[in-house]
Amino acid sequence: MTSSLADGDWHRLHPATPLLRGGIFAFAALGFVIANLRERLIDIFFGVPMGSGDPLDEIYRRGAVGWALLVVAAILIAIVTGFYLSWRMHTFRVNDEIVEVRSGIVFRSNRKARLDRIQGVNIERALVPRLFGAARLEVSGAGQDANVQLAYLGSARADELRRDILRLASGARRAAEPEGEAAAEPEPEREPGPGIGERLAAEAGSSVGDFARGRVSEFLAPELDPDAAPPESVVRIPPGRLLGSIVLNGFTVVLIIGGIALVVSGAVSDRGWLPLAVLPGLLGAAGFYVSRLTRSLRFSIAGTPDGVRVGFGLLSTSNETLPPGRIHAIGISQPLLWRPFGWWQVRINKAGRSSNQGAAGEASTTVLPVGTVTDVARVLELVLPGYDAEEQRALIDRGMRSKGGDDGYVNAPRRAAWLRPFSWRRTGYTVSAGAAVLRRGIVSRELLLVPLARVQSVGIDQGPIQRRLRLASARLHTVAGPVTASLSVVDAAEAVRLFESIAAGAVSHAISDTSHRWNHTTGAPE
Amino acid sequence: MPRTLRRLDLATGGDWQRVSSRYVVVEIVGTVIFGVVASAAAVGVWLLLEQRWALYAGAVVAAITLASLIREPRRVRSIGYQLREDDLLFRRGIMFQRFVAVPYGRMQLVDITRGPVARWLGLADLKLVTAAAATGVLIPGLTVDDAESLRDRLVELAESRRAGL
Repeated sequence: MTSSLADGDWHRLHPATPLLRGGIFAFAALGFVIANLRERLIDIFFGVPMGSGDPLDEIYRRGAVGWALLVVAAILIAIVTGFYLSWRMHTFRVNDEIVEVRSGIVFRSNRKARLDRIQGVNIERALVPRLFGAARLEVSGAGQDANVQLAYLGSARADELRRDILRLASGARRAAEPEGEAAAEPEPEREPGPGIGERLAAEAGSSVGDFARGRVSEFLAPELDPDAAPPESVVRIPPGRLLGSIVLNGFTVVLIIGGIALVVSGAVSDRGWLPLAVLPGLLGAAGFYVSRLTRSLRFSIAGTPDGVRVGFGLLSTSNETLPPGRIHAIGISQPLLWRPFGWWQVRINKAGRSSNQGAAGEASTTVLPVGTVTDVARVLELVLPGYDAEEQRALIDRGMRSKGGDDGYVNAPRRAAWLRPFSWRRTGYTVSAGAAVLRRGIVSRELLLVPLARVQSVGIDQGPIQRRLRLASARLHTVAGPVTASLSVVDAAEAVRLFESIAAGAVSHAISDTSHRWNHTTGAPE
Repeated sequence: MPRTLRRLDLATGGDWQRVSSRYVVVEIVGTVIFGVVASAAAVGVWLLLEQRWALYAGAVVAAITLASLIREPRRVRSIGYQLREDDLLFRRGIMFQRFVAVPYGRMQLVDITRGPVARWLGLADLKLVTAAAATGVLIPGLTVDDAESLRDRLVELAESRRAGL
């Protein structure tokens, strides 16, 4: 086995890649064939005569079996050759500066990503590839469709490659070749190359033995890279709490109200068909709960030398590493229904977007699906390092739970009650230790943290009503995401002060920020 | 409380650069076209579908159009920008005021666009794009020369203060 995939040479992907990528297609084709042959099978097994017109009968009758087989063989060979060629032509390399991927047979494509602009490295194991011991590695850049995908790699090699990419991106040079190589010695079966043939043979053969055992152990291990990550997640979410947090939200309330309305209307008038009409809606709702549950199951978040590692998923797992300085805004929120339990959620804005759609893509912005105040503090320590001094802790605690008043935040004046009758006391901001802290909301409490080094620009607005009340609104512009760092009511004079201080802070912190090469010890930019 | 204190005002001391006064024409043309189209639609609904309420709606639209036409010169005068040491300040609006500060190092690209009327008047719009979509700084109504020299200046400044995301 070569020492590393990140040695600057061109490498190929996992040999089973075509199978895994074309997997769905293969299943569909198989299904199609079986569906078409079904009647023939019935015919064969039960001897019930069928009508003529079956293409297979026709072929048989004309004695063209040989030709038909030839055509089928030609198509099969073409497909296999195509897959093989596309695998041959799909190569990648990683060196000190870039990750580069070349692919395509007829239409060649070539994609390079600079390592110091990496926004995150994601390893994803969908269910089927996971059974085969393969994983998809995704290096995400900033913006839409800016990701470099390596699908698929052997599971262990994907972990290694992630470690190498992160090390190179961090600015630490290759000289520091990790001693962890021996510790992370992969089992031979994970090795690509001749592996897959034997593997398939082993699978086909009756001796399931080693192969299955290896797969099972791999399947059960949440994280295959014990040397690179402290195995302990800093938070543990009990299943009960997770279930409760998913059930207790606005959607459920709407659902219950809708259900009551339905029952009442069904009882008053005899429209018994009505429940049937909403059945699809109910199924959809069930799907919503299940998808939320599965994407938060086995959630883990841990700190590594190369950033925060967030993993989740039960059957299909996803594991994303966010290097330092890639988190643009942090939102801590508590919906009303969670308040009796003291649960909070933490979400972040980041520039890189995972390309997979739907559930997993959204979830990768959630760094804590549900947790107590202690959990929030632990997660904050990871996503906003250096924010754990006594002063900041107190500030965050007050930001989360205080009802307002003189508590270290610059709050909106009393006249803001005209616009925010309940939450004006809590609507305030402060700047501390290089981050702006915004607090708002009384029904659904929110605390937003924006590192000043990540602020893109700052704006203040004033409409006619706000002018009458000598108020204004302010907003810190960050990359798009679930967190919007804005205050809807601020004293007008205070808004100007906020504007000036954030604008100056954004400039000075951006200059001193070196997180794009977070381990670059020499201090000099490259 | 004096009226001036109610308005947002930055005590930066620097001079606000104004956009070309010809830009009023662009705004007026836009407003008039909108007003005419909306009124015509209202009249059409009134005459063809015999919906009387459309007439009132049309009248309201026409009145708003006229009112905003009168304020147009002031609104254009309210648009301004300032190149400070480390960031660009932008402001616009009378009724709805808006101030934005964009650090030079945060600019991802500078865009110059020209609409048909603006082109006829020799004007161009300059748009600053950062990684945040909400920044939304569009300096309209610059003369083409101004826009190009400002773009070059901004690119130069961004280059010298480059920062990551």
